[in-house]
Amino acid sequence: MEFAFTDEQAMIAETVQAFFRENATSERTRAAMEGDGIDRELWTSFCTELGLAGIGLPEDFGGAGLGMVEFAIVAEAAGSQVAALPLLGLATAAQAIAAGGTDEQKAEWLPRLVMGEAIASFQGIHGLDVSGNTLNGEVRFVPHGTAADVFVFIRKDGAWIVRKDQAGVSVTGHTTMDQTRPLATVTLANVEAEPLADAQAARDALHAGGWICLAAEALGGAQETLDRTVSYSMERVQFGRLIGSYQAYKHRLADMMVEIEQARSAVYWAACAVDEQAEEADLALHAAKSFAADTYFMCAGNMIQLHGGIGFTWEHDAHLFFKRARSILSMLGNGDWHREQVATLIMGEAA
Amino acid sequence: MKLGFSPEEEEFRAECADWLQGQMSGEFKDITGIPNLVSKIERRKEWEQQLAAHKWSCIGWPEEWGGRNATLAQQVIFAEEYARAGAPNRVNHIGVELAGPTILAFGSDEQKAKFLPGIASGTKIWCQGYSEPNAGSDLANVKTKARLEGGEWVVNGQKVWTSLAHYSDWIFVVARSEEGSKGPKGITFLMMDMDQPGIEVRPIRQMNGDAEFNETFFDDARCPEDSILGTPGDGWRVAMGLLSFERGVSTLGQQMQFRNELDAIIAAAKANGLVNDPVTRQKIAKAEIGLRLMRYGALRMLSNADTAKIDGAALTYKIQWATWRRDLGELAMDVLGQAGEIAEGDEYEWTMLPNMFLFGRSDTIYGGTNQIQRNLIAERGLGLPREPRGDK
Repeated sequence: MEFAFTDEQAMIAETVQAFFRENATSERTRAAMEGDGIDRELWTSFCTELGLAGIGLPEDFGGAGLGMVEFAIVAEAAGSQVAALPLLGLATAAQAIAAGGTDEQKAEWLPRLVMGEAIASFQGIHGLDVSGNTLNGEVRFVPHGTAADVFVFIRKDGAWIVRKDQAGVSVTGHTTMDQTRPLATVTLANVEAEPLADAQAARDALHAGGWICLAAEALGGAQETLDRTVSYSMERVQFGRLIGSYQAYKHRLADMMVEIEQARSAVYWAACAVDEQAEEADLALHAAKSFAADTYFMCAGNMIQLHGGIGFTWEHDAHLFFKRARSILSMLGNGDWHREQVATLIMGEAA
Repeated sequence: MKLGFSPEEEEFRAECADWLQGQMSGEFKDITGIPNLVSKIERRKEWEQQLAAHKWSCIGWPEEWGGRNATLAQQVIFAEEYARAGAPNRVNHIGVELAGPTILAFGSDEQKAKFLPGIASGTKIWCQGYSEPNAGSDLANVKTKARLEGGEWVVNGQKVWTSLAHYSDWIFVVARSEEGSKGPKGITFLMMDMDQPGIEVRPIRQMNGDAEFNETFFDDARCPEDSILGTPGDGWRVAMGLLSFERGVSTLGQQMQFRNELDAIIAAAKANGLVNDPVTRQKIAKAEIGLRLMRYGALRMLSNADTAKIDGAALTYKIQWATWRRDLGELAMDVLGQAGEIAEGDEYEWTMLPNMFLFGRSDTIYGGTNQIQRNLIAERGLGLPREPRGDK
């Protein structure tokens, strides 16, 4: 038992934090927001120069090995700068293919995804018309959907790969509140989807990866909103004093730190539990997703309030954090849903 | 980063569990699962001595002083198994967790030889004299005075919230030893024998009806000149060192008590059907998540214990658990409803859950109020400026 980063993990953290701080600048992110929400240059150097896209994916198929703890470290760093990247696709679709795909499916997709040559996305298709492997209907809320080359769709009784260039697939992008991860509707008309061999394993991996990715992004974002607000409070003077010296102000910052420290425990507990296949992994995942998302939203809201008027402007970055936080709250199950799963795990289903 | 325990550690866990469960279902069955700190005090002193006799009383201490040099993981395991077995709160927790480590860190060899065996063997119970009527949150505003007279310290003044003072053999006291000094300067850290005419203890009845805390009066109370830690006037440094021990492995034992309390709420919800109410389920799930995060926060804190940098998990721990437990008390009453407002007998005495609801109001006050905690977090953790003082 050693609930602290190893030297190697600390080194990865230092590297990725520096990478995103230097490269995922507000200017570049805002440029990506005008397009499909992806900073291509950033994604390419993330995948090829850093070689970090393969973290958590098997080495036989171009991955870097390592586990969810390392992936969380990366997602935390990316989230801290609200980087405009399709990282969530790696956490979900790529994990699903790695866990539930055949060797052919893995060989076809994983090396390309890891190298940034293809972009993946995902969604649940519980209401869709499915007959055998033929899919019909609209899949809503697909993150980075217009940019994606491949989708993994899941539901209770199956998991499938769908390529964007397949017959019957059309994608409509939407103007989305969080422009760093815009949503799309994927329309499927008699699409012959390719089933993943082990659907159960695929679904579990997709959920675990997605929840950890979102929770870690939320953790990084929350910490950054705190750090930036602390900096601001040390510059801004009102009534002859730094605003950071007023207890009404600093107690709110302290409350943010209290939540963030718990979110940090939650994210790395969940990542560790998945890596170690611990019995409590499910509980940890639901706890991490719900707690970290709530923390991020609370912190981002405070960032706006504690910056005063400037925090409400388009020019200031506070809204980027706030909007990402809001989108994470809903994505892959909202807080109430995750807490209900926790309730079921500890008390059984409600009668 | 690793959460699991090694096979050797699991073996150690089995050893702990085996011994503790044997005791708690055998010789010490009568004190299993006692919720408070003060009932059956004589039996609990015997329990301390039983722990000591089997070298379980202070396993983290060095072997030469009666400990086992236990690793962090072993201490975590013991704390968990201790609570799981339903063993009672340690009546000498202040001796084992605060006084002992402070003496180990700051004491001379003579002092270690004089005080540590009594703590390790469970024969000398300790209490702490920090807070005063006008030095609550402002702990350094100490008014109790100590002066040297004929080779002895003579102490006059009053301490308050001295838990377990009425059962203790020794008290450590921070007192102002330099006339005219202010704040943290000029304070001396004394260790005093409770059994003397100059010390009087009066219980304080709390809002839950119990009297766990006391006022302690010093009227020409005495101790030898060398019964201090650190040098005269340098006691604040020692006192602050001591407070850092307060966030030790014992937090994990405390969490097992919280576990029992939350389990009791879940049992009550199952009994009255609220377990099917979606709002109640949300609240219970939140409490469950909070408790789990407390555990992993503590493990982070302990895993980082030997690094010098300020650790966020440690700094935020007090407000986190205190707020969680206060909220848990409210959840308990929400689940119990009006049944929770009726005592079992004629006395003003409460069972675990209503008692926790009432006692929980002190959790966010003692050991540094939530407001003081926020100041500490903001100033030490975030580097924000202090609010200007009113008395300078």
